[in-house]
Amino acid sequence: MSHSTDESVSDRSGEPVLCIRRLHKRFAPKGGPPVEALQDVSLDVRCGEVVGLVGPDGAGKTTLLRIATGLLVPDSGTATVLELDSVRDTLQIRGRIAYMPQKFGLYEDLTVQENLDLYADLQGVEPAARASRYARLLEMTQLETCADRLAGRLSGGMKQKLGLACALIKIPELLLLDEPTVGVDPVSRRELWRIVYQMVEQEAIGVLVATAYLDEAEKCHRVVVLHEGRKLDEGAPTQFRERVRGHTFVVQPRQGARPRAIQGRLAGQPGIIDATIRGGRVRVVTHERDRAAVARAIPAGLAAGIAAAEPTLEDAFMKLLADARSSRSHADLPAAPARMAFETHPRQAEPEIERGAAAGGAVHTRGLTKRFGDFTAVSEISFDVQRGEIFGLLGPNGAGKSTTFRMLCGLSRVSGGEVRVAGRDLRRAGSFARQRLGYMAQQFSLYGQLSVIENLRFFGRAYGLTKARLAERIEWALEEFDLRSHRDATAGKLPGGYKQRLAMAAAMLHEPDILFLDEPTSGVDPLARRDFWRRINSFAESGVTVVVTTHFMEEAEYCDRMLIMSQGRELATGTPGEIRALARTASHPDPTIEDAFIALAEGAAQPRGTGGSP
Amino acid sequence: MGPTLIRITTLVVKEFLAIMKDPKSRIVVIGPPIIQFFVFGYAATFDLNNVRYAVLDEDRSAESRELLSRFQASPTFRLVGQLDSGRQIGDLIDRQGARLVLRIPQTFSRDLQAGRPAQIQVIADGRNSNVASVALGYANAIVARYNAERGGAFSGSAAGAAGPALQLVNRAWFNSNLQSRWFIISALGGLIAMIVVLLLSGLSVSREREFGTFDQLLVAPFRSGEILVAKALPPMACGMLDALLLAAAAVLWFGVPFRGSLPALVVALSVFIVCVVGVGLFISSLSSTMQQSLLGSFIFIMPNVILSGFTTPIENMPRWLQLGTLINPLRYIVTACRNVFLQGGTLGTIWPQLWPMAAIAAVTLAAATWLFRHRTA
Repeated sequence: MSHSTDESVSDRSGEPVLCIRRLHKRFAPKGGPPVEALQDVSLDVRCGEVVGLVGPDGAGKTTLLRIATGLLVPDSGTATVLELDSVRDTLQIRGRIAYMPQKFGLYEDLTVQENLDLYADLQGVEPAARASRYARLLEMTQLETCADRLAGRLSGGMKQKLGLACALIKIPELLLLDEPTVGVDPVSRRELWRIVYQMVEQEAIGVLVATAYLDEAEKCHRVVVLHEGRKLDEGAPTQFRERVRGHTFVVQPRQGARPRAIQGRLAGQPGIIDATIRGGRVRVVTHERDRAAVARAIPAGLAAGIAAAEPTLEDAFMKLLADARSSRSHADLPAAPARMAFETHPRQAEPEIERGAAAGGAVHTRGLTKRFGDFTAVSEISFDVQRGEIFGLLGPNGAGKSTTFRMLCGLSRVSGGEVRVAGRDLRRAGSFARQRLGYMAQQFSLYGQLSVIENLRFFGRAYGLTKARLAERIEWALEEFDLRSHRDATAGKLPGGYKQRLAMAAAMLHEPDILFLDEPTSGVDPLARRDFWRRINSFAESGVTVVVTTHFMEEAEYCDRMLIMSQGRELATGTPGEIRALARTASHPDPTIEDAFIALAEGAAQPRGTGGSP
Repeated sequence: MGPTLIRITTLVVKEFLAIMKDPKSRIVVIGPPIIQFFVFGYAATFDLNNVRYAVLDEDRSAESRELLSRFQASPTFRLVGQLDSGRQIGDLIDRQGARLVLRIPQTFSRDLQAGRPAQIQVIADGRNSNVASVALGYANAIVARYNAERGGAFSGSAAGAAGPALQLVNRAWFNSNLQSRWFIISALGGLIAMIVVLLLSGLSVSREREFGTFDQLLVAPFRSGEILVAKALPPMACGMLDALLLAAAAVLWFGVPFRGSLPALVVALSVFIVCVVGVGLFISSLSSTMQQSLLGSFIFIMPNVILSGFTTPIENMPRWLQLGTLINPLRYIVTACRNVFLQGGTLGTIWPQLWPMAAIAAVTLAAATWLFRHRTA
């Protein structure tokens, strides 16, 4: 079902810089079934063109990029780069292309300038040409003032920009980017893309970018959708969007009704492919062009109205994947909708902690401050989280989210102010106070050498579960998080989405009252992110308090309330509706949370620190 | 089981799984003991065997053949050539064709028969002074025995050729053949235990830091003491197991005698291992990556081995350095192991080694606990 894309590029004088023809690649991991990483994939990238490679985890995006660079040899098929064969002429190709892997090899103990020098040496850039090139790259990446800083001291977004600058040290003819904006805040993301498009316009280079962010893919000239090693579809973003026109709706909640309640009802219903919260409304994608299916699925009294929505690439992507999955056996549908009904298990009574929680909310901070030497990482943060609330800590990398988070969990000493979790200071309270806490660290911290079941057993016992209760909870986790098929797999070798689910299962085993999640969706594809939020929702419905950090601004919509941070300070606190309202202007009547964040960060909107209780 | 015990058991099981499933840690447990055992058992020996020597016999008499046959019969020496002239000696030694050259002058048999002192010349390659002096010592011994027998044979008839007034009778206790393999292997258990315990405990905290699982432990309801105990036990068990296996192998494979009491050995090793695990956990608490802790461990191991008396005697070191060895736990376990193996030591006889190790253990454990709490707080 590949669509010709000639009409979208025929006006380009661009000649192909990358031709991939019928590529096959199979990996045979030790002790596992072989994986078909790529099957019969063909695509072209032309001069002056940005092609987006999108697909869920394990779709084969990285494999394809690595074959194009000559780092991997395909089983069959060819990758022709600048009319050179990727297997035979690898060395010649390397001098003319740039490749930025997911984790770019910056030398953290060298300064920004020394990193640039090093890559200039490696790429053999003429000494005479360097000064002007450096100046231009530093200006493009806005790192001029940081040239003497150690790369290891840069924030995540700045590191990524420096990585891109190093990759672009010599103007390449083809630029290959592998998920360049994972873990990067919205402001830096926009800047990264601005740099890439600047290169494309001025130097007419070709770009192939693998990304899990569909709003980024939307800006590409052409998009190739990969799924489980096969090319599902290809075309200009507009072509994708037109195909789902009539399948997309927005549901306006009735006054006082929570959008999350509607979204929760819709997600997983037959005929409904996707339901997400955007801008305080619920966005729905349906199998058929059938508005009635949406109306039927919403209980009376929740929705004020259902309107047709302008389709996005993300809508099209979700439908493509749903179609691809339903065309195969239903047995391997990963997200079985029936699991929506979350078991509301009887909670063990902990009257003392319950009372404490009732008195001061689940989490309570006043003037929370953290200083590292002269540097103030977190300054005077105050907020309260009520029981059963989903509370988001939002902000770019380096804003102080993680530091705040670590102080809440008692992992980091407080320099000033107070913090109470379930009425206690976790640093002073004994280890038993941590019993009611669930914690999921940023990088899905699991024991990589241990199997799934061994990890679960360890974390269960760590929280005092034994014998029958432990067995019961492990069964629950394997079922709820869809891990049964990987029960004995080594945790370190699981694909990203599974790791995230295992980490969450480990954090939920002991039925915590408060769940702390640090960047739980970083580097996870859109499908897995939806799954994740669906679970978080149902946990919150059953009374679990959730504190979550994220740099995905659209995920803020799933939170009941949020605190937006930047440079260690509070920019704003409030419900998604209140935050959006901060950026509402006459020219922009319907801003998203991301718009609001950028407006707040750039000072265009007035920060409104409501602090404290809602 | 109380909750504390359950939590420690849970952690210990996890630590063992991690050690056994992590290829790096697995190699630490299995690799060094086997390599060290064979390297030290076979290669590291001060005994000389097969000293290559050449002969320049200018006398070619019955007497000279008699003397030379004794060299040939000795397992220490191996004849590599007969020389014809003195000019060949220099060349042979220069190209390391032989370590020793025996030169027997023409006058040898004549002098002997005349009852005059006869001379033979031994030229040694002094570039390796240790080998040369040991080889010369062996040569001296052979000549001395030859003298003694001749003296006995002729003392009745030849006037004035009485036996020597003083005769030294050597008798080495504990190691009657003075095999240096006994000396090395008997103390090897201590060295192995140190390497295994130090590397494993050194990796234990930093591995979790590197993989980000350490925070996960800290937010779970574990007390820091429980984590520390659980981190210490598995390396200690592995170290003890390796050391005891090695002791058994020393007896069964190399025939080193085990004359002392097994409980004494186990107690000495236990106290020593506690010393080392404190150091390992200290290093691990300090490091944020596995690489750092490996480096830290090796920095600790190298000088400790040299200053332990394991290969070179502490008495040969300058006074100030000798004082430094007093805080080296390896020094005490090396002494204690040799005492138990060769000297038939018991708990009573190794007490002078036990209490300093216990004192050092108290210091290292306290330091590790302090740093662990400090760095995680």
